[in-house]
Amino acid sequence: MLTMTTVVICPEELRDSLIDPGAGAYCAFEGWVRNENEGHDVLRLEYEAYEPLAIREGEAILDEARQRFSLLHAHCVHRTGLLEIGDCAVWVGVSAPHRDEAFLACRYIIDQLKVRLPIWKKEHYVDGHSGWVNCERCARHAHG
Amino acid sequence: MKSRAKKITVRYFAMFREHAGVDAETLTLEAETAADVFGATRDRHGSAEPSGHCKVAINDEMADWNSPVADGDTVLLFPPVAGG
Repeated sequence: MLTMTTVVICPEELRDSLIDPGAGAYCAFEGWVRNENEGHDVLRLEYEAYEPLAIREGEAILDEARQRFSLLHAHCVHRTGLLEIGDCAVWVGVSAPHRDEAFLACRYIIDQLKVRLPIWKKEHYVDGHSGWVNCERCARHAHG
Repeated sequence: MKSRAKKITVRYFAMFREHAGVDAETLTLEAETAADVFGATRDRHGSAEPSGHCKVAINDEMADWNSPVADGDTVLLFPPVAGG
């Protein structure tokens, strides 16, 4: 299940959704808001998503991971809205019979989420400027 | 064969929305494909982003740039994504 949320992510509660008597391994990844990117001091981040397709694409990624890595459970939560330094922006958790599958699946899911989900990240900098991540060329405005 | 004008609703996200100054607009375009729609909006709003870095959906289904567009379609233009 992939969920979008505007409230604080609580990994401890999410972990419990993956408990299974057949699970010998649990692996999770948390993506946190960092205070620096490419030489800029970052004050906070703003995430925007197109939720209908983000959820559908996210579910497809989780299905792929379940099949490839024989998972018991897989779950992901992504924040949107304004996030402060240190906030958890994304959480991925899986449970599996063995650790190898759990590690590999967790890595697969976060890597795919980052390139496939319609989610955008705007960095607000300490110096008052802001910029959309991965979108330098978008900023080269023909009128500007 | 010359294409007929179609009414296409375009939805913009993130940087594209900021460029366009609107969330969505309905345009009358002689467009055959999603790429044609993207090209028309770039001319209109001035983004320099190549389509290869962007994604497109038609009527809430992910699509390719060469996917055909029909009269009444909604085309969603996604600038480079950055989740996680």
